[in-house]
Amino acid sequence: MNRMSWFNTVSLTLGFAFLYIPMLILIVYSFNESKLVTVWAGFSTKWYGELFQNDAFLNAAWVTLKVAVMSSTLATILGTMAALVLVRAGRFMGRTLFSGMIYAPLVMPEVITGLSLLLLFIGIGLDRGVMTIVLAHTTFAMCYVSVVVSSRLVTFDRSLEEAALDLGCSAAEAFRLVTLPIIAPAVISGWLLAFTLSLDDLVIASFTSGPAATTLPIKIFSAVRLGVSPEINALSTIMIGIVTVGVISASLISKQALVRQKRDEQAAARG
Amino acid sequence: MRRFLLIAIPYAWLLVLFLVPFVIVLKISLSDAAIARPPYFPQFDWAEGVMAFVRELDFENFIFLTQDDLYWKAYLSSLRIATTATLLTLVAGYPIAYAMARAPEEWRPTLMMLVILPFWTSFLIRVYAWMGILSNEGYLNQILLWTGIINEPLTILNTNTAVYIGIVYTYLPFMILPVYSALDRMDGSLIEAAEDLGCSRAQAFWLVTIPLSRPGIIAGCFLVFIPVLGEFVIPSLLGGSGTLMIGKVLWEEFFSNRDWPVASAVAVVLLLILVVPIVLFQRNQQKQAEAEK
Amino acid sequence: MQSSTFAPWEDPNAKPLIRFKNVTKRFGEFTAIDNLTLDIFEREFFALLGPSGCGKTTMMRMLAGFETATEGVIELAGQDIAPVPPNKRAVNMMFQSYALFPHLSVWDNIAFGLRRDRKSKAEIEARVEEMLRLVRLEKFAQRKPHQISGGQRQRVALARSLAKAPKLLLLDEPLGALDKKLRQDTQFELMDIQEKTGTTFVIVTHDQEEAMTVASRVAVMDQGQLMQVATPDRIYETPNSVYVADFIGDVNIIEGRATPEGEDGYRIDWAEGQPALTAKSATRFDKGQKCHLAIRPEKVAISAERPADAANAVQGRVHDIAYLGNLSTYYVELADGTIIKAQTSNTRRISRRSFTWEDTVWLSWTATAGVLLAN
Repeated sequence: MNRMSWFNTVSLTLGFAFLYIPMLILIVYSFNESKLVTVWAGFSTKWYGELFQNDAFLNAAWVTLKVAVMSSTLATILGTMAALVLVRAGRFMGRTLFSGMIYAPLVMPEVITGLSLLLLFIGIGLDRGVMTIVLAHTTFAMCYVSVVVSSRLVTFDRSLEEAALDLGCSAAEAFRLVTLPIIAPAVISGWLLAFTLSLDDLVIASFTSGPAATTLPIKIFSAVRLGVSPEINALSTIMIGIVTVGVISASLISKQALVRQKRDEQAAARG
Repeated sequence: MRRFLLIAIPYAWLLVLFLVPFVIVLKISLSDAAIARPPYFPQFDWAEGVMAFVRELDFENFIFLTQDDLYWKAYLSSLRIATTATLLTLVAGYPIAYAMARAPEEWRPTLMMLVILPFWTSFLIRVYAWMGILSNEGYLNQILLWTGIINEPLTILNTNTAVYIGIVYTYLPFMILPVYSALDRMDGSLIEAAEDLGCSRAQAFWLVTIPLSRPGIIAGCFLVFIPVLGEFVIPSLLGGSGTLMIGKVLWEEFFSNRDWPVASAVAVVLLLILVVPIVLFQRNQQKQAEAEK
Repeated sequence: MQSSTFAPWEDPNAKPLIRFKNVTKRFGEFTAIDNLTLDIFEREFFALLGPSGCGKTTMMRMLAGFETATEGVIELAGQDIAPVPPNKRAVNMMFQSYALFPHLSVWDNIAFGLRRDRKSKAEIEARVEEMLRLVRLEKFAQRKPHQISGGQRQRVALARSLAKAPKLLLLDEPLGALDKKLRQDTQFELMDIQEKTGTTFVIVTHDQEEAMTVASRVAVMDQGQLMQVATPDRIYETPNSVYVADFIGDVNIIEGRATPEGEDGYRIDWAEGQPALTAKSATRFDKGQKCHLAIRPEKVAISAERPADAANAVQGRVHDIAYLGNLSTYYVELADGTIIKAQTSNTRRISRRSFTWEDTVWLSWTATAGVLLAN
């Protein structure tokens, strides 16, 4: 049905307004001259300047980035392996436990995951720092990656792998040369998902970080508990900006690819 | 050999970094607090052996949980808040998902993008945004005062109301996406058939659309309810001291009171409470998958 | 077309390229292949023909290496292939869905198998160019699979599977996705390529026209067993069972009881009050044994008057006429209700023929026109 009823139009407008107005307010007031975040006193970019001179925040950002890159890469590798096991490995001893462990972190409250990991690190005497956060983030992120990758693997055309074997590939070669390139988009989205989850994580990082390793969310949280601050608004705006650019470009790229593919198929049909 | 490694590596990782920590939580929930590093007792001493270790364990902490008002109240409060918040999110999200499903084809990718963008934006920041809006000097009060609707600022921040708003706001995409997916898959001709057989628009919606989108509704509800139950950030930033949620209680037990055994016991009980909805959710997903085959 | 002197299966000294020895394949409770023995010779274009579920695809997958026999031995050039994995066999397969690698160009798809053999760059280039010339796709080498048409994709799949010059090429319903005109052209192309390259082709199909056109020998299968293995003309003219007669082409089956008459002739009593039919048969029937007479519609003549010297003649009423442009099939109802199909070329326009619907006509055929079958 092409015509939208007024009810639907209103729902959509209200809905998206609800979703976006708070973020817009954040952005607008990050340019507020006054420190009192809720009173508009004129346009200024001074809070951005202050932000970039705030060493504590910059360090935290750097740590967060490091942790995110390391944990998402590791999580993607482990998660893809887990997805292969779930979809292809058939029956093996302890399979139920394995799938239970893969799906459990998705529904586990973060406080519990964080708590349990901290107790582990203490129990084995591991000093808390960047590495422990990486270990923690990898563990829960790999489960998300495995869900994304396994849903792609399930619809993967196995005759492509059989063709690869038939033409002389070993099983590993078939995976490397045929399967992986074709499921690459899913693997990449898995990586992005793991990256975002790591970047954004507060609770687990709080439990598993150490004195030298403060992440940006931890810093933001401790600042925000004291109240609203324009520097945080500035930081928020930057983060929203980055995500927006990312999401829009991804959207455009996939739309472009779809258009190009349609065009190619039509050209092919015409011979 | 290759197959063995493929299974063994992620398996081992999860065993060590997921399962073992749980066993430790369980063990500590059965231990006693101690002024020590780490602050619990008994510690596992290889010399004394397993039996001596086990003898020292007890359910003291669990009993404590039932005795002190705070805990069972917090559990109940969490359940109440999670249920209410889930329903609110459903009421807010369903119309949006429905409108998306009825929108012209060309708009769909853009609409999807608009729903997903908040999902990728930092959770913490989105909750923080509401602090500025709901506080006594916040934007909402400013507008209400300026338009004369109220005379005194409303206290919304640091109350349960703020928590509900925060939860609905942050979890809305989790409700919209599964409901939209179910509605999108629905065959439009079924509505036409219903109207052809005499239903009014409203009746067709109630008797056909809602039941057929049930799988999406259920999935959305679980995707909101289960995490919200253990939620910490929203009650911490938007709620007040009167907002009792178990995630907050656990955090405070751990960091402020340094009572690790009690914190562990709180965690164990929370997990037990969660088992029921998790199992139900899994069953529902399996039934869905089978129905689609 | 295969030359008429090519018949290695009749040579007792010829060694088969493929030999199935008492092969059985079970999937749990289900038996897909039941104690099957078959020889396929080099340079044959062999067709496995049958309905879905008859086991033909399973046989092919066992040859490719994607399934192993539960019992029995499969030999390729005298060697048991069970221990050899699919990537090490001199067998290549053309998949029903083509299975072209979507992320590689046509050129890279064809070169894929050659690269696995670690051939030199020059060798690979030469061979890929040769294959592109063979399937006439030189201009499309750099395109990706989604940029070419269905018929072109099929040719790429063929080129890719022939690139390594395998001893045996397996084709899984290769022409199913093509439209009729393209299918006919491609059938002849396939036969050409097969002869040119001298490869042994084994094709799996449910389309009997296809099997009859391209194959040097056809194996008709049903429920995991071979019903008949013979050249197309033998299968058509002398089917060994009602199943085969019915599966291939159109056929009339008349049930009756046989009584030996003369040297190799039989009298068939098929209905009360109707004159008996006569047929010649090499198969031996006992007196009174139940039999089926299978006659192809084109061998049944139809006339308004009773033909004077026909060995078999029956009277009936024209129940229906199917007009197909070049042929007409008359559905004639006999006295006992049996419907016999008679097919004639439309040498005269339909309006000018001497009989039409509801007319009484005579059907006739010779004693050797039909085949007498026991089952």
